[in-house]
Amino acid sequence: MTMPALQFAGTGKDYDGKTVLDDVSLDVNEGTLVALVGHNGAGKTTMMKLLLGLIRPSRGTVSILGYDPAGPDGAEAKKNLGFLPETVAFQQAMTGLEVLNFYGRLKRADLNINPELLARVGLADAARRRVKTYSKGMRQRLGLAQALLGAPRVMLLDEPTTGLDPALRRDFYDSLSALKNDGVTVLLSSHALSELESRIDKVAIMNSGKLMACGTLAELRSRAHVPVRIRLRTRDGQASNIANQLNGAEISRVNGQVIEFVCAPEEKMLLVRRVSELGVAVEDIEIDLPTLDQLYSHYRDDGGPQ
Amino acid sequence: MNTILIIAGQEIRDGFRNRWIVALTMVLAGFALSLTLLGSAPGGTVGASPLLVSVVSLSSLTIFLLPLIGLMLSYDAVVGEVERGTMLLLLSYPVARWQVMAGKFLGHMAILAFATIIGYGLAAAVAGFTGGGAENETWMAFAAMTGSSIVLGGAFLAIGYLISTCVRERATAGGIAIGVWLFFVLIYDMALLGLLVGQGDALAGGAFHALLLANPADAYRLFNLGGFDNVATLSGTVGMMADVKLSAWVLGGAQLAWVIVPLGIAGVLFRKMEI
Repeated sequence: MTMPALQFAGTGKDYDGKTVLDDVSLDVNEGTLVALVGHNGAGKTTMMKLLLGLIRPSRGTVSILGYDPAGPDGAEAKKNLGFLPETVAFQQAMTGLEVLNFYGRLKRADLNINPELLARVGLADAARRRVKTYSKGMRQRLGLAQALLGAPRVMLLDEPTTGLDPALRRDFYDSLSALKNDGVTVLLSSHALSELESRIDKVAIMNSGKLMACGTLAELRSRAHVPVRIRLRTRDGQASNIANQLNGAEISRVNGQVIEFVCAPEEKMLLVRRVSELGVAVEDIEIDLPTLDQLYSHYRDDGGPQ
Repeated sequence: MNTILIIAGQEIRDGFRNRWIVALTMVLAGFALSLTLLGSAPGGTVGASPLLVSVVSLSSLTIFLLPLIGLMLSYDAVVGEVERGTMLLLLSYPVARWQVMAGKFLGHMAILAFATIIGYGLAAAVAGFTGGGAENETWMAFAAMTGSSIVLGGAFLAIGYLISTCVRERATAGGIAIGVWLFFVLIYDMALLGLLVGQGDALAGGAFHALLLANPADAYRLFNLGGFDNVATLSGTVGMMADVKLSAWVLGGAQLAWVIVPLGIAGVLFRKMEI
């Protein structure tokens, strides 16, 4: 068993006597993509700062690639790290290319690929313009480019899609998949839950400094017991007839052609089998699994610590 | 390339980019030239070389100007970058915090040295021409004055970093910097004078010396106005220097200590700082 790429072990953080992070234990294995979700003030940024060694834990430990980020060898770990802060800021008087060259030098990265890196985030035309003239979206893209400098093994992305338009978000999610294929470990925090669902390996749900739940979406769904919504389309006039045969299911809506009902996750297969026995009267079936949004509100509101 | 040099280079580039360096050099050259040209008018009649006069007048200028420049360059070096968010990004890179501090200091020192050497060098050239040359000792005194001016600027750079690491807001740092400048450059000497007049006897030699060394601007003044005999004669500090038995080594050492100690404390505080 290798060491997790990122690890929180009983980590807590207090600011002026106020607990902002409370006993969080979380392992992120190499090559996985983990999303930290939670509203503002849930402790996501605090976790990022702990991983960067910018602040020290009040309790417990933090490690990144086996190093203590706030310890004397913290700089070692940062050679293999890319970070995008929530609100990224650059030296205003420098051009985009100069920014990348400066940070690339600090990371001992190959500077020759920087123009290409800028092109990848759609900033090729702005490479020689001062950052002062950039829009918020352009600064965010420059932030992404700097996080990719030196081919990092771990990336920490704090709200990476803020200020990106839908097309750029899609590009960004595509590049996330590419990173994952290269074996890069990614920890990202986000509000854009629905967009994340298909891309991530694991979700960690935070609320007021506590880790409420962590696991794959499937694990969280089965643990959450959030009801599954099933919608059937039937032949004309058959709907109420069929609805009567589905005793046990909690039917929420019936009209001439459509039946909607919810059931507990473990009853899902049973009901699906029963529906299929009804034969040709049922024309179509749609199953809505709980979305990340629903899971998030479930764990945030009433899910106790795992 | 070394991390410290990369950060220093960045500061210098930034200084050129936002015209800081040009402005500083022009201010220093402007003051130095006007003092030299105006100051040599009375000096010519008593036979002192214009260069010698400019050593005296420029060291008075330095005491006001270089602490101010040093503080202006450094007061927001840490707190300003933290506020803007650039520090967060910088520290996510493989750099140790002491390297950030050392790099900034080196970069700011280079800016300060560049502006001082160019500005005062112009004045020296003009004084040298109009005066038809000067003795070697005078050139030495001028070089020592220029060098110690840079060190004085460095001391206030270091004090500026210390302010910058102690406070949470850039505006607070600016306010404190102005207060520190007023204190060391204006108030301190007046208070010391008042103390001497009022309690002259109680202030034994040792305590008086300590009080002089406890202000980098005073250490600078004594180093330059008393360090060379011809300068002391001209500036009328011969009698004073006979009383103040502090060698150039002690004064120079005090100046350097005023660079090293605040910078060291700022470095320690910065290392512990939570960003």
